[in-house]
Amino acid sequence: MASAAAIHEEHPVGLKRWLFTTNHKDIGTMYLVFSLLMFFVAGSFAMVIRAELFSPGMQIVQPYFFNELTTMHGLVMIFGAIMPGFVGFANWLLPMMIGAPDMALPRLNNWSFWILPFAFTLMLSSFFVPGGAPGTGWTMYAPLSIQAGIGMDMVIFSIHLLGISSVLGAINIIVTILNMRAPGMTLMKMPMFVWTWLITAFLLVAVMPVLAGTVTMVLMDRHFGTHFFDAAGGGDPVLYQHLFWFFGHPEVYIMILPAFGIISQIIPTFSRKPLFGYESMVYATASIAFLSFIVWGHHMFTVGMPAAAEMFFMYSTMLIAVPTGVKIFNWVATMWRGSLSFETPMLFAIGFLVMFTIGGLSGLMLAIVPADFQYHNTYFVVAHFHYVLFSGAAMAMMGGCYYWLPKWTGHMYNETLGKWHFWLTTIFFNLTFFPMHFLGLAGMPRRVPDYALQFTDLNRVASIGAFGLGMSQLLWVYVIYQTVKGGKKAASKVWEGAEGLEWTLTSPPPYHSFATAPTVK
Amino acid sequence: MSATSDHYYLPNPSPWPLLASSGLFTLALGTVLTINDLGAGPWVLLVGAVIIGYMMTRWFGQVIGESEGEVYNAQVDMSFRMGMAWFIFSEVMFFAAFFGALFFERHFSVPWIAADHILWPGFQAMWPTSGPKGVAFTPMTPWGIPAINTLILLTSGATVTWAHWGLLKNNRAQLIVGLVLTILLGISFIAMQAHEYYMAYTHFGLTLKAGVYGATFFMLTGFHGLHVTIGTIMLIVMLIRSIKGHFRPDHHFAFEAVSWYWHFVDVVWLGLFIFVYWL
Repeated sequence: MASAAAIHEEHPVGLKRWLFTTNHKDIGTMYLVFSLLMFFVAGSFAMVIRAELFSPGMQIVQPYFFNELTTMHGLVMIFGAIMPGFVGFANWLLPMMIGAPDMALPRLNNWSFWILPFAFTLMLSSFFVPGGAPGTGWTMYAPLSIQAGIGMDMVIFSIHLLGISSVLGAINIIVTILNMRAPGMTLMKMPMFVWTWLITAFLLVAVMPVLAGTVTMVLMDRHFGTHFFDAAGGGDPVLYQHLFWFFGHPEVYIMILPAFGIISQIIPTFSRKPLFGYESMVYATASIAFLSFIVWGHHMFTVGMPAAAEMFFMYSTMLIAVPTGVKIFNWVATMWRGSLSFETPMLFAIGFLVMFTIGGLSGLMLAIVPADFQYHNTYFVVAHFHYVLFSGAAMAMMGGCYYWLPKWTGHMYNETLGKWHFWLTTIFFNLTFFPMHFLGLAGMPRRVPDYALQFTDLNRVASIGAFGLGMSQLLWVYVIYQTVKGGKKAASKVWEGAEGLEWTLTSPPPYHSFATAPTVK
Repeated sequence: MSATSDHYYLPNPSPWPLLASSGLFTLALGTVLTINDLGAGPWVLLVGAVIIGYMMTRWFGQVIGESEGEVYNAQVDMSFRMGMAWFIFSEVMFFAAFFGALFFERHFSVPWIAADHILWPGFQAMWPTSGPKGVAFTPMTPWGIPAINTLILLTSGATVTWAHWGLLKNNRAQLIVGLVLTILLGISFIAMQAHEYYMAYTHFGLTLKAGVYGATFFMLTGFHGLHVTIGTIMLIVMLIRSIKGHFRPDHHFAFEAVSWYWHFVDVVWLGLFIFVYWL
């Protein structure tokens, strides 16, 4: 039976190709398309939120439905848009970057993807059951999540499914990177994107099971009479917060480290210089990952922790600024005296650099315990994490999309429209989220559908910005569609300054990336 | 060795991942309906379980066929090994969440509730406890069934290693006897645990509802017991395959994966014995 032809001998076409595929490129495409779809689903929730907040008082939605939307906006963006988006990049790029024929465990790879549509069907259908989707916020704090309706159970089980998907996907990525590298591709020769994903995948395997255990405890408290989070039985709602943020803080690095990887590929290409301080980048990424496990308390400074714990979490959090600063300076130093050009991916990378740094600095402000007592649960926090997650994670993916789309499709995208997309996104993003800093500092609480009159003007600005931001993303979809359909043929080496194995393959690359492993010198 | 041994085996498109996902979805939906006492919950649950059972039989069956058909080279074998090792690490972290809950409630939340007499005057911090409003119960003692179970699991760790030595020396009788012994020890463990649960519910008043002690006790030992059960089923599959003549001294990933899993379950038990029953 077995012969050389046993490698992917079947190529089903049509629907079966996508349903049954074991090919890393097909699976990567499905991840990316799914992520884009979820980006618009969760984005549309944000549009309703901003429409409601356009004026003080209640306009278009009921308060509870508003809470459902904020909850689902968070859950779907995090688990549906950002995480699968980066896994899509990993699927497409890792085998090509390390000189492998495919991912190490191709059937498992397909399973990791196909869990997602089922999990989100379960999660999103909670809108339509009695009691609706949970209105707990994406953090699902006990005791609110204990008291919520059946929709909470649906979200709990969809999180179990998403956890299985993430853990299996992460295992596959780790095994691919550790076991499938071409001869000569030593660990310290791997592209930064590969390194950041190796460390991200480790974080995923380490913390997704903790989230699974935590929501299981919520489920038990809800239905089986346990008292994990109930003081009457000796439990403590604060335990929920500790467990959740032990997952939650590494999770925010799961969403940003692959973005660091993409930026570390783009900036050297358009600076026509190798990445400055490669080794320090690797060590900085590992340090950030390590620190992410010992800083979770900074999400709950106001909950009443012992002062010693507050101090510990404050200083450990501030320590993260050191490796992050190393990265920012390395990117800037890569551009220093480089032969710069400003194609769309580079614009997104520079935008990332500036705006992610703003998010990092507001993070430092939030790390200061006495200051956090003022900022906690205000729009300042909302501004902070949208600067790191939208202008950080999402805009890195947009840059990565323009950077590798010619490689993936074999066509060049429309540079003019790409630049329009960048500028519209950047302007509207700042219009949406910069005013939120001031709203938060002035005391406007987050997750509330109504607000005091003095916050009206800045909320109007933010809402107008949000509508513009949402509309601008339609342009992105149009550019992607146009590029997939046709356009100028892309060369193997799409960008003259690009380095790496993926650029030695044709555009689009062959079905099996490297049937025979290349040798890396 | 066949012609493909120098190629990394890339499987053909497969229907099993999609079926597995739909099975998980059906299981999840069935559970949601069942715990909310809605309509056809248990039936949906059953359909999900059947889909998962069928999928696992077929998917594992195909992988076993490929393995015995010699399409996996050493590099594929290494991928499987790494995959299993990282999977076990993820399981360790799953248990870590429940151990974390145990430590937190025992050393922080219970003393804090007792330190502040506003809500529950007179509540004294102690362990075990079912909390200020909890029911009375008798906690488990370590030196009865739990100590015997510790002995059983440690012995089973030795017998599965002895079976592995048999496989490495191509001594099939030792392999099969070792596996049979391990499976019997595993089943004895589960039986003892079931008896312990029965006693807890009928005689000791120790239930899931018995405050934080009951919650952590049953969730930790329960998930561990589930893992012993899964491990025993995997050992039974290994026994059947061994009797059928599968595995060679230099080619037996599945056997090693199961034995790693068994040792992992063993180590988790030691943690349970020390922190749940003993200290």
